[in-house]
Formats: sequence, structure tokens, C-alpha cells
Amino acid sequence: MSQDLSQELSQDLSLNVNGRDYELEDVPVATSLLSVLRDRMALYGAKNACEQGECGSCSVFLDDDVVCSCLVLAGQASGRTVRTVEGLDDDPVGGRVRRAMVELGGVQCGFCTPGFVVTATGILGADPDADEDAIRERLAGNLCRCTGYTKIIEAILQARTAPVDEEADR
Amino acid sequence: MSGQQAPADLTRDTGEASPGVGSSLRRPDGDLKVRGQFAFSSDLSAPDMLWGHTVRSPHPYARIVRIDTRRARRADGVVAVLTAADVPGRNGFGLVVSDQPVLASDVVRYVGDPVALVAAETPEAARLAAALVEVEYAELEPVLSLEAALAPGAPYLHPDGNLVRAIDIRRGDVDRHAADAVVRGTYTVGMQDQAPLGTESGLAIPDADGGVHLLVNSQWIHADRNQLAAVLDLPPARIDVTLAGVGGAFGAREDITLHAHLCLLALATRRPVKMVYSREESFLGHVHRHPAVLRYEHGAAADGRLLYVRCSIDLDGGAYASTSWAVVSNAAAFAVGPYVCEDVDIRARVAYTNNPPCGAMRGFGAVQAAIGHEAQMDRLADALGMDPIELRLRNVLDEGDLMPTGQPLRGRLPARAILESLRDLPPVADRTDDGFGPMSGGLLRVPGGVGNVTHGEGIRRGVGYGIGFKAGGMPEGIRDYSTARVRLFPIGGEVVAQVQTSAAEIGQGVNTIAVQIVQTELGVADVMVLPANTSVGSAGSSSASRQTYMTGGAVQAACRALRERLIDLAHERYGHRADSLLEHGHEVVLRDGALLAGPEQHVARLTDLVPDDGLEEVRRFDHRATTPYGVDGQGEPHIQFIFAGHRAVADVDVETGLTQLVQLDVVQDVGRALNPVAVEGQMHGGTAQGVGLALMEEIQVSGGRIRNASFTDYLIPTVLDIPPMTTTILEIPDPEAPYGVKGAGEPATISSTPAVVNALRRASGRDLSHVPVRPWDLIAVEQS
Repeated sequence: MSQDLSQELSQDLSLNVNGRDYELEDVPVATSLLSVLRDRMALYGAKNACEQGECGSCSVFLDDDVVCSCLVLAGQASGRTVRTVEGLDDDPVGGRVRRAMVELGGVQCGFCTPGFVVTATGILGADPDADEDAIRERLAGNLCRCTGYTKIIEAILQARTAPVDEEADR
Repeated sequence: MSGQQAPADLTRDTGEASPGVGSSLRRPDGDLKVRGQFAFSSDLSAPDMLWGHTVRSPHPYARIVRIDTRRARRADGVVAVLTAADVPGRNGFGLVVSDQPVLASDVVRYVGDPVALVAAETPEAARLAAALVEVEYAELEPVLSLEAALAPGAPYLHPDGNLVRAIDIRRGDVDRHAADAVVRGTYTVGMQDQAPLGTESGLAIPDADGGVHLLVNSQWIHADRNQLAAVLDLPPARIDVTLAGVGGAFGAREDITLHAHLCLLALATRRPVKMVYSREESFLGHVHRHPAVLRYEHGAAADGRLLYVRCSIDLDGGAYASTSWAVVSNAAAFAVGPYVCEDVDIRARVAYTNNPPCGAMRGFGAVQAAIGHEAQMDRLADALGMDPIELRLRNVLDEGDLMPTGQPLRGRLPARAILESLRDLPPVADRTDDGFGPMSGGLLRVPGGVGNVTHGEGIRRGVGYGIGFKAGGMPEGIRDYSTARVRLFPIGGEVVAQVQTSAAEIGQGVNTIAVQIVQTELGVADVMVLPANTSVGSAGSSSASRQTYMTGGAVQAACRALRERLIDLAHERYGHRADSLLEHGHEVVLRDGALLAGPEQHVARLTDLVPDDGLEEVRRFDHRATTPYGVDGQGEPHIQFIFAGHRAVADVDVETGLTQLVQLDVVQDVGRALNPVAVEGQMHGGTAQGVGLALMEEIQVSGGRIRNASFTDYLIPTVLDIPPMTTTILEIPDPEAPYGVKGAGEPATISSTPAVVNALRRASGRDLSHVPVRPWDLIAVEQS
């Protein structure tokens, strides 16, 4: 008789997500951060496309690092700061990335888009002058099936240089 | 409705507030998508919702001896367990024939065939309970190839045998020539996955009177609904299908997958039920691009003129028919490529096997054919000592030429212009031109990338070309149409428009196009597209590059009906003044919320014409009729021909077999670019999927089992696999299509694969008979 341990072992968690504290009860220990974001907090911005850390659709900030939330156990995020795409509304870099993605056609079906917005915000936040090669290298963990990446790269390059437009970026 | 052309003034200068067709209007859903607020089908929930899970066959071919659901039913949180016995209506679905069971009852025909369903309080509980469903199978010897399926004495996988369809297209006499050059080749193409980022998912909600509301990702919700009606034994009107946010499709969502399962569980439990496939289950749950074996013989005269083409195309259809019937038709019709050839003998067939079922994927049969004909054209050029573009130009289709089906090609064709455009591209630099040696440009620029596997000694550069075409829209006499409801109503001192269609917005931008068309036709800036549902007539499928043509045509027709209503209202309301202005030979112009006579003369504001309860028109748009194939595959089965061509530049390390693309150039004719940025997006994305097929994408099937059902093992291109791309849009209008448009979604997928493979041939000097090309195919053989 095999019993799934994840059903048996659970924990209560405190998570800070997008500046808000969440108290979660009875979270099975094997639950991913992605799963609690989506199924417990109704934060659907991080997507579940591969759940193996290959596609980047579930990218979120864990403190200052961009991670695949499918590969992080919810418990590992306890006591740290999580920021999802929904938490980037007031982020000036995120705003420039979002605006350029829409303007330049970096969005088609949009399933990968939140992951790209988070990753690109991370790239430009850490290195505002990142050149195209650096951007490409750091985007290699985000899969897009619609755009062929060309317009996403164009958008991130524009977001890098675009003057801050606080009205439009919000 | 055909034969309409937009008046010349309906172009790109209608002002910023009302940009209309020809502008690159931003996607209406773009802002929600970049904020993570757009609701995909996997993001839905409902109070009291259950989670569904599917029990699937582990065997490629087996009889079901017994199914015992008792343990599963007793498991924690389980609310229902269903089997074939619980299907109230027809236990079968399929877009052409209903040969695919909703839940297998007696036989399973592929690894992944659904046999039972579980609904439980949580996804974990549903998954665990599914593992407790006990199914006893008696394994049968599986049929794992087309040859085995069609061999004498092969077991019939379906009642009428294993041949799904064979099409022979013959013209002239291929045996009458003494060719100066003959090239024979056999090419195999692997099974490709659409790999949309969003997996299959949806939510079914039972309604109070025994019907059901399904929210699902789909390419054609009316086809879904009609199949569901038969399965659920409900009148179609009791099934409401709403398109939920679609995370890509590319053909994978033409067939229903979890749709019937969701509805069965919701109706059985009287509770909302949600399902989301994992990536692994997505590989099992949807159809794939057909693997193919292509055998070609080309004969040419010394001057390059194509004398004859003989070919056979074999497609493995897998366990169920899906759209195989139409895929094989395309493979046959486009087998020769965009070239004139009077003597052709094309034999194409597709058979049932116990491999994963295959069906629609972007390019739909023409992709496989182009891998054959473009390899042959390059090899023929070499045999004749000719430049590969020159050979293609010598044979390219022009106005008045005939297809292998005998269908005459009307109007100006773009193929010659595409080839000339590719020929005239700026030349590509040699690797060492900049004086920094073979490693110039850094590790990202070399095969193997940051894996640092080369110092550059073995790197060879190759330039390859490919051109391809297919038909846009539904062929062979299918009565295809789309429907649109457009409504004008006043709100807040403005007249705004609402568009209702059932066209599946799958990322391609059909909703953006609908907005632009209304802006152009009615001069209204504020246009809302309502979520696609089955409350309006069918829009047909978001496939075959047809939605801009068909749903665009329906929206345009509804707008033009509204325009007539507005003119009538202007006459009624303003009597004499309107009469004199409008009947004075002035054309009616709708612009900036006003009705004008000619370009300047104001007649009325729309707010003064549109009544408080609005104006509404519904129109259906049909394209002209096509014909089925007749004797020897002759007829006029196609509406519109859509073309693209590529130049690919590739570096190959012939020591390691690794490849790095250097540059891609795409040229495509779209008739008229209603939204140039969206068209470029289709060209880029289609090219990238073709690159994937050329270099890495193959579902590994052995013993009928998929061995790489994950994004760890099934690779799709990353940003580092896609080099800089240039796009050239040609606009050669189709006079029969709204605004002159031609389908834009698929052509770039057809020609990019052969262009890349031809570049690899040039770089490596190897023949390359299999696509995707594998590293060991490229490694130079030591000459000792």
C-alpha cells in the first residue's frame, strides 16, 4: 500500500506576497509555491505550463531573485518576500516592460507573458544597461511558443531605454 | 459577399482615435495579459468546484477485460468515478468521423486512451483516486507503422480497415520524359508537438435545467458543442460553450480533448468541475503533427525546367482519424511545391496505427510536403550545377499556371516576387569577415553556445532557401462560413460598438482585427469584442489561416448592413437635407462618429441616428464554393493560395554536430496587412516553430509510447535558438477577399524548416534525410 506522504504531512505557513501577509493552514509539505499562489491565494498571474522549471511561465521574485515558483516549495518561501507579476503594478521598470511588450507586439496568446515581464523586470532592475546578448542569455529560461521572441527582445530593449512615463506605466 | 473591395479611402489615415485596418492597433487584451490579469482557461474557479482527473490506458492496443472503480470511489474526497457506461449519448467524437471514444469501453488503441474519470474535492485527491481505478487489460499486438497497418492480414483497428484516406493526383504522363537530371530522395519527418504554453484546461458548470455551461480553451467552440450534444445526448441549445482564455493552440485544440469529460463529470455530480492537464498529460491528450515518409523523384531538363515529379507521401495517423482526412489532402495538393510541372504522379495516404493520434498542426500537411520538395529542388540545383534560387525561379508558379489538381491560378501570384526578394537580400558575411577569427561574437554566437564545446575549427557556414505554400480556408467543397453580430449603441454621449462572434482568439489577434474593421467601416473609435460564445452562429475554426478572411468578412458584412440602416435613418430623420446630400452622387463616409456625404459634408452625428436601444445586425459570410477532388485528384478544391519563403544562415560545427542559426529572413505575401505588427508576429512565430521542427522537435515514440512527454525532454526553441530575423511583407491583394487579405498564420511555418535544413546541407555537405536534423547527421565523416 503506497500512501502519498504529501497528503499526510502538512504545515501552517506565513507568506508575504506582494506586500501582504498570508496565513495558510494545512499546506501539504510537497506543495509548490506556484500551487499556493494559484490555488490558495487566487493569484493566477504565475502560470503552470511545464511545472519542471523549463519554461519560466511561473517566474516570480523571491526576495530579489527571479525563480520558477514551480520549483520552490511553499515552505521555502516562508519568511521571505514574494513578488508576482500582480505585485509589479507600481514598479517603474515593470511598467516600462509592460508598456513596451504591448506596444511592440511582444504579446500574443499571453500565457508566457507574465513570466517574461517578471524575468525582464529582474534583468533590467539588476542591470539597467544590459546589452542584447545579456538579455538573451538571461531570458533563455523563458519559453514562448507564439512570438519567435523577436518582438519580446525589441520590447525589452525599448523598455531599457524608454524614458519613464509614470502615467502610462501604471 | 465575395468580390468586395475596400474603397480606397478606407485606409490608414483615419486618425489616431479611429485607426482602423492597416494600422498596428495594439491588442485589446494586451494590458490584461502583461499584468497577469487575463483569465486563461486554467485560471477559472467556481464555488463548490470539484477537480477532475483522467485514467488513461498504459497500453498501445489492448482489450479491456474489467474495470473496477470501487476502491477509487471509496477514496478520500472522491465524488464520482465514471466509465464508458456513464456516457449517455454517442460514445464517440471526431471532427470528420466519430471514431474516438470519449471513454474506451472495449478496446484501447493508444497509450493515453481515456478509460475512466474521477471527480474529487481537490486535484490531489482526484489524482490519487485515479491511480486506484483498477483496469484489467488483455494486451494485443500493436500496429506501429503505416506499413504494418496496411499489410495483408493486419488487424483492423477500426471497422472499415486501417486506411483512413488515400489521394492520388495525376496529370500528364511522368514516363514520357528523357530527363537530363533525375534526383531521387526519401525523407522522413518526425512527429511534432504544437506545444502551446497553456495546457488543456476548462471548467464545466451544470445549469439548473439539465444543461451545461463549458468554459474551455478551443479553436472552434461550435464544433465542440455539436460533438458534445451527441455525446451528452442533449440538444445543442442546452450546451453553452464559452471560449476561455487560450494559451496558444497551433492545431492542438481543433479536436475536443477534456471537453466531454468535464461535462460528464459536471452533469453527474451537479457541481462545477475543473480540469487542467499537466504537460505530460497534454502530450497524451491532444493530436500531433503527422510523422511522414516522403519519397520523391524529380526529372529536369538541362536548362532546369522541371519535366516530371513522382512522389509518395505516407502519414502515420495514429489511433484515431482526427483531421487526417484533410491533412493528407493538403500534403498531396502541395506535394510539388510552388512550381510548374505538367507531368505529376502524387500518391498520398494516411493510415490508422496504435501510435499517438495525429491531426492538425500549423501548416497542416504542407509542412511535411515542403520538407520533401525543397530538399529535392536544392539537390536538383546541385545536379544541374545551377544556383538554387535560379532553379526555383525558372520553375515558379505564375498567374494562369495550373496546380497538380488542374486548378488554374488566378490573379497575380507572389511566389516569383518572394524568390526575387530572397535573392536580393544583402549577402551574409563570412564568419571571419570581421577579422576576429572563428570565435568572433562570443560564445552565444557559436554552436554549443556557453557549453564552450568548440574553439571554432570545425564551424562551417551554410546559406539555405525554402519556399512553400498551402491553401487558406477549408477545401474540397466544404461549406465554410463565419457569423458576426455588430451592435451600435449610445453610451455617455458617444456611440460605441460591440462585436459578438464565436471566433477563437488564440493569440493570433482575430479580436484586434475585428475592432479595426468596425473602426474602419463605421467610424466608431470605441469597439468592444465580447467573449466568444455559442450565442451567435459559428465562426468556423481558428485554423487554416482563415479567421481574418472569414470572421473579418462577417464583421465587415454586419458593419455594412448597419451602414445601410444608418443611411436609412439619416433619410428618415433629416429628410430633405439628407436626401439631397446623399443622392447627389456623394459616397457615404462614416468617420469620427459622424455620417458624411463625401469626404467633408457633415450629414448627421451617429448619436443623433442610433436609437437608445441600439442598432444591431447579424451577418453570415461565405466564401466562394470549391469542389471535391474528381478523377485523378482533379478539381478546384481550394479558395486561396498563401505563400512564404525563407533564407536561413546557419553555422554548423561538423565535429560536434551542433548548430547555431545566424540569421533568418522571411518574405510572405498577406494580400493586405490589416495589422502589420500582428502579421510580423505570425511570421516570426511561424518561423520559430519551423526552426524547432528543423533542429530539435520530435516526439520520440517507441512501442507506441511517447518517451519525452515533458519540456525537459521535448525541446522547443528558446530565445538563444532563434537568431535575428528580418521580415518582408508583400501585399498582393486577393480581389475575392475582404480588403484583399490572405491568410497569414501558417505560411512561415511551411518554408522555414526546409530553408534551415538546406542551410545545414550546405554547411555540412551531408544529405540529411531526416527532420529534425540530429547532431550525428551533421558530423563530418573522416576521409582516410
